[in-house]
Amino acid sequence: MDNHTVLYRQMAAIRSFETLLLDQFSSGIFRGTTHTSLGQEANAVGVLANLSEDDIVVSNHRCHGHFLAYGGDPQALFAELMGKPSGVCGGVGGSQHLHWRNFYSSGIQGGTVPMAVGMALAEKQQNSGAIVVNFMGDGTLGEGIVYESLNMASLWQAPILFVLENNRIAQTTPAHLAIAGSIPQRFEAFNIPAKHLDSSDVLEILPLAGELIEKVRTEQSPHALVIETARLGTHSKGDDTRSPEELAALWAARDPIAIHGARLDESTRQQINQQVEQVIHGAFQAALDSEGGTA
Amino acid sequence: MTDKAPTTVLDSLNLGLHTAMQEDSRVYLLGEDLLDPYGGSFKVTRGLSSRFPDRVWTTPISEAGIVGVAGGMALRGLRPVVEIMFGDFTTLIADQLINHLTKFNAMYAGQVGVPVVIRTPMGGRRGYGPTHSQTLEKLYLGVPGLTVLAPFHLRGEMPLGTPGTLLHQAITTTDAPVFFVENKLQYLLPLIQPGEGNEFEMIEIHPGDETRAPFYRVRLQSAPPPRITLAAYGYMAHLAMDALKQLAYQDEIFAELLVPTQLAPFELDPIYDSVQSTHRLLTVEEGSPALGWGAEVLARTAETLGAGLHQAARIGAQGVVVPASPQQEAACLPDVSKIINRAREMVR
Ligand SMILES: Cc1ncc(C[n+]2csc(CCOP(=O)(O)OP(=O)(O)O)c2C)c(N)n1
Ligand SMILES: [Mg+2]
Repeated sequence: MDNHTVLYRQMAAIRSFETLLLDQFSSGIFRGTTHTSLGQEANAVGVLANLSEDDIVVSNHRCHGHFLAYGGDPQALFAELMGKPSGVCGGVGGSQHLHWRNFYSSGIQGGTVPMAVGMALAEKQQNSGAIVVNFMGDGTLGEGIVYESLNMASLWQAPILFVLENNRIAQTTPAHLAIAGSIPQRFEAFNIPAKHLDSSDVLEILPLAGELIEKVRTEQSPHALVIETARLGTHSKGDDTRSPEELAALWAARDPIAIHGARLDESTRQQINQQVEQVIHGAFQAALDSEGGTA
Repeated sequence: MTDKAPTTVLDSLNLGLHTAMQEDSRVYLLGEDLLDPYGGSFKVTRGLSSRFPDRVWTTPISEAGIVGVAGGMALRGLRPVVEIMFGDFTTLIADQLINHLTKFNAMYAGQVGVPVVIRTPMGGRRGYGPTHSQTLEKLYLGVPGLTVLAPFHLRGEMPLGTPGTLLHQAITTTDAPVFFVENKLQYLLPLIQPGEGNEFEMIEIHPGDETRAPFYRVRLQSAPPPRITLAAYGYMAHLAMDALKQLAYQDEIFAELLVPTQLAPFELDPIYDSVQSTHRLLTVEEGSPALGWGAEVLARTAETLGAGLHQAARIGAQGVVVPASPQQEAACLPDVSKIINRAREMVR
C-alpha cells in the first residue's frame, strides 16, 4: 500500500468511527458527551504520522481522532464510551480521559499543558530521546496556565511540539469574540518558534509537522505549529450555532477526506471506505457485545 | 546542611529533603526563590541547590504551572517535590491538584502513579496579614486520591516521627500526590524527645497498616486516667501540649492528646479508642472550624461512638479575615488559654 492510501485509510477510519458514534448516541448506548474531530482528521493523522515509538501525545477533550491516529484500538475506545470494563480506561475515563501507552488526554482546557511540559522535561532529564506532542484548541488560549507553561517550556527548553488546532471556534464562541492579537506571536513572545499553516490537506500538514518534530528532537527545544482548520461537526453531540450556509461552505472547501481522497482513483477509494466501515462496525459490535457497561 | 542532628523542625525538614535527594536521583525540587544563598522564603530548602544544582529548579511565579509540570514529571518517572511559598497561594494550584494530579490514577484506571509532594507553610502569628497568614488545608481534606500530612515536632527513635523522616518517607515512597502542611511558627520549635527534660510520655500508633503516617498519643508521665481527649496537629499540637500541662497542674484535669500526622484520608481509630474512655473530645485547629478538620473528626467520632461521645467541641480561628495587627491577630487565632478554658468548661 502506498503512503497515500495509508493516510486516507487512517482519516477515513476516524471519520467512520465518529460518524457511527454520533448516529448511535441517541440510541442510549453511550453516556455523557463526546467531541468529534470531523474536519480535523488531517491534523491528527498528519502530525502523528511523524512520531517515534516512545514519543508522547497529550491531547484534550477532542481526542478520539488523536487517539485513533496514535494507533489506539477502536474497539477499546467504543467500549470506553459505553462505560465498559473492556474500555481504554475501564469505563472510568469516558470520552475525554484516555490513557494508553504514551497517549494521555483530559477534559480541563489548558490544564494539561503544564503536564505536557513536565513530561517533556522528564524525558529530557532521563535522556530517553522521546518528545511530546501537545494538542490544544484556539479557545484554550484563554486559560492563563497556558502562558505559565509556554514560559517554562522555553525557559527550560522542553522537547515539545505545541499543535494549536485553530478551528476558529470554541464551543459556540467564534475566535473573534475570544482572542485578541496574534496566535503565532503568543508562542514567539516566549521565544518558541511558531509555524503557521492554513490547510486541511494531510500532505501539507504531515511534512511540516515532521520538520518541526525533527527540530524538537534534535534541538531539544519547544516549537509550535498553528494549523488553521475547520470543525465540520457540532461542538459535542448536537450543539452548533453556525448557519447551514457557513457549514456547507466549510464542508465544500475544508473536508480533509475529500481533499486527500481526490488523489485516489474512485475504485480504490470505494474499496478502502468499505473495508474501513467493516472494521469500525465490527469494533462497535464487539464493544457492544463485551461485558458490562451501559448497553 | 550540617552534620549535626537537627534540633528544630526546620532543620529536620531540611535534612529530610537532603536525604531524599541524595538517595534518589529521581527527586527534583521546584519552587520560587529556592536557590542558595537565599534557600527559600522560610529556608527549608537551604543548601539543596548548591548540592544538587541540576535537580533544584527555581521557577517563575507560576504556582499552578509548576504543580502541573511536576505532575507531568511524575507521570514520566520522576519524583518531584514542589514548594509553594505560602499556604495561601495553594488556592492557585487547586485546579491542578483536584482536576489533574489526583485524578490521573483513577481516571486512567490505575495505569499510572503520580508521586508528587507539595509542601507549603500555613499559619499566622507573623503579622503577615490577610493573604499570608491563613490555614487553608481544610480545603484539601477529603479530595479523593490526595494524602494530606502534617509533621509533629518530635525527635528520636520513632520510625516516622520526626518532621524530616515524615517528609522523606513521603517523597521517596508515595505513588500518589501528597499535600504536606507545614506551619510558620512550627519551623522554629525545638524537636522534643519524650521524657528528656520534659514530663511527657508518648506512644506511636499506626491506624491501618504500617505504611500509614502515624498518630501519637501524648500524656503526662504517671498521670491518672484522662477525662478528656484533645486532638490537634502541627503547631496546634504544641499549644495543646502546653494546655495539657497547665490543665493538670492548675486544675487537676488530666487529658490526653492525640496527634495525627496524616490528616487525610481520615483514619481516626486512636481518637475513637481514647474517647471511648474519656467521653469528651476537644479538637484544636488553626484554621476556622466551619466545615473543617475538627468538624469532620467530631462527626466521625459521633457516627462511630454514638452515645459514647458525651461532649464535643472545636477550637479554631474566628471565621474572619486574619488581621495584621498583633492584638487583633492574637484575638482571632486559637491559643493555649482558649484551649484550657474550653476544656475546663467541658470537664467541670
Ligand atoms: C477549564 C474549562 N473550561 C471550560 C470547558 C468547557 N469546554 C469544553 S471544550 C470548550 C471549547 C474549547 O475550544 P477550543 O480550545 O477552541 O477547542 P475545540 O473545541 O475547538 O477543539 C469548552 C469551553 C472545559 N472543558 N474546561
Ligand atoms: Mg476551537
